[in-house]
Amino acid sequence: MLDRRQVMKRAGMAALATGFGSLKALALDTVTLPFDNGERPLVKYPQKRPMIGLTSRPPQLETPFSIFNDGPITPNNAFFVRYHLAGVPLDIDPDKFTLEVKGKVDRPLKLSLKEVRKLKAVELVAVNQCSGNSRGFSDPRVAGGQLGNGAMGNARWRGVPLKTVLDMAGVQQSAKQVTFNGMDGPVSDTTPDFVKALDIDHARDGEVMLAYGMNGDDLPVLNGFPLRLVVPGYYGTYWVKHLSEINVIDSVFDGFWMKSAYRIPDTPCGCVEPGTAPKATIPINRFTVRSFITNVIDGAKLKPGATTLKGIAFDGGKGIKEVAVSIDGGKTWTPAKLGKDLGKYSFREWKLAVKLAAGSYELRVRATNNTGDTQPMEPFWNPAGYLRNVVETVRVTAA
Amino acid sequence: MARRFLLALIIATSAIAGLGRNSVNAAPVSYTLPDETAAFKPGPNLEVVQNNCTGCHSADYINTQPRGPKFKKDFWQAEVTKMIKVYGAPIGEADVGKIVDYLAATY
Repeated sequence: MLDRRQVMKRAGMAALATGFGSLKALALDTVTLPFDNGERPLVKYPQKRPMIGLTSRPPQLETPFSIFNDGPITPNNAFFVRYHLAGVPLDIDPDKFTLEVKGKVDRPLKLSLKEVRKLKAVELVAVNQCSGNSRGFSDPRVAGGQLGNGAMGNARWRGVPLKTVLDMAGVQQSAKQVTFNGMDGPVSDTTPDFVKALDIDHARDGEVMLAYGMNGDDLPVLNGFPLRLVVPGYYGTYWVKHLSEINVIDSVFDGFWMKSAYRIPDTPCGCVEPGTAPKATIPINRFTVRSFITNVIDGAKLKPGATTLKGIAFDGGKGIKEVAVSIDGGKTWTPAKLGKDLGKYSFREWKLAVKLAAGSYELRVRATNNTGDTQPMEPFWNPAGYLRNVVETVRVTAA
Repeated sequence: MARRFLLALIIATSAIAGLGRNSVNAAPVSYTLPDETAAFKPGPNLEVVQNNCTGCHSADYINTQPRGPKFKKDFWQAEVTKMIKVYGAPIGEADVGKIVDYLAATY
């Protein structure tokens, strides 16, 4: 008898067979991201379709960009993967898993996964995006994971509000922040463990979630099985995977991954003059506004005449108000038709019918959110290559 | 007719499994990562580099970094220093220069 997962698996295999050719051939394929030294292997991992391999240990996998044209939800088997430390938990028994809640709480807790999953569940569609998404496009180039635009994804997360668990434990008056640690860790005990922190009010906003479900299934192993933090609108660095330890503290956490890493310039744009160092920095936080054309790739040749452009837009949680498209390099703009609203943290699809007479075009797309934040025509720059959200340009020829 | 029945069966089973996945169960997993394929390029002090760097990460961390005149000795010196000071890599004093020379000459 087929269960749902087997059906999914077969459907997936069928899609692979018809859409991409054999797995064997794929393992030999490479893709070239559009910046210098951008050649990457296409790699096949368990629970994943062929992904763009950035690094293998610890694993970092980027979503092939064409996936974003398939719909507003990114399938689990195409969702990007980012680890910092090579101690990746590979053998996970949910019956032995515990989530510890401790520190400045009245009633320290040790919850089994079953106990977490018995609590009243909520669902939320939210984008997760790596802080370093698109770093490879930084100019001047900067050190770090040289990613194209595929370290992002949008999923329907199912879980329990973090607030529920914090309220069960009884947060004390002195609480300032909450730290989050997962089962993954360093291979050397001199390497700082990956621990992140949120302010107590943020942690208790009712939206930050302990998620065990993703698009109707359990989390894939490499996306944090059996439990991960979901911090809607915030960069993925806060979305701690394999979450096992929550610590309420009465100070501002000074661990390496908050105090030294994942910092942005303390300026309104989060940017500095290219090539220079910021005077002061703050922890990276909400996504900037972004939008993409997904159905036409750079350098494409189109037939002259009517064509419909489509794509996605998202922001840090105010919601997308408008997406505008230019076919003349940014001189004139036409509002696109927005797709179904899946929530203010989700990808928002858009489309626009345009007419392209024979000739060359610079297609551009620019989104604006509900508080008027938009995208710059020229890229902002910072030393870590974070927050990229320049108006994207796709050059096409109609002939 | 048979096809329609099969489709109905799949939908019915999906619905049942759908209830199941919102239950409190999650099956144990044992995950196998694929073998590493990236290797360090041949170059001076290759062995020193392999001994010091591969304990914590694969070679593609280096292969994929930006190239060009701005990404030579100063860039790699900063990266090696970061590995030691920030990530606690136990790299001996005598090996630091050799690693930086290899990286600057090879990438």
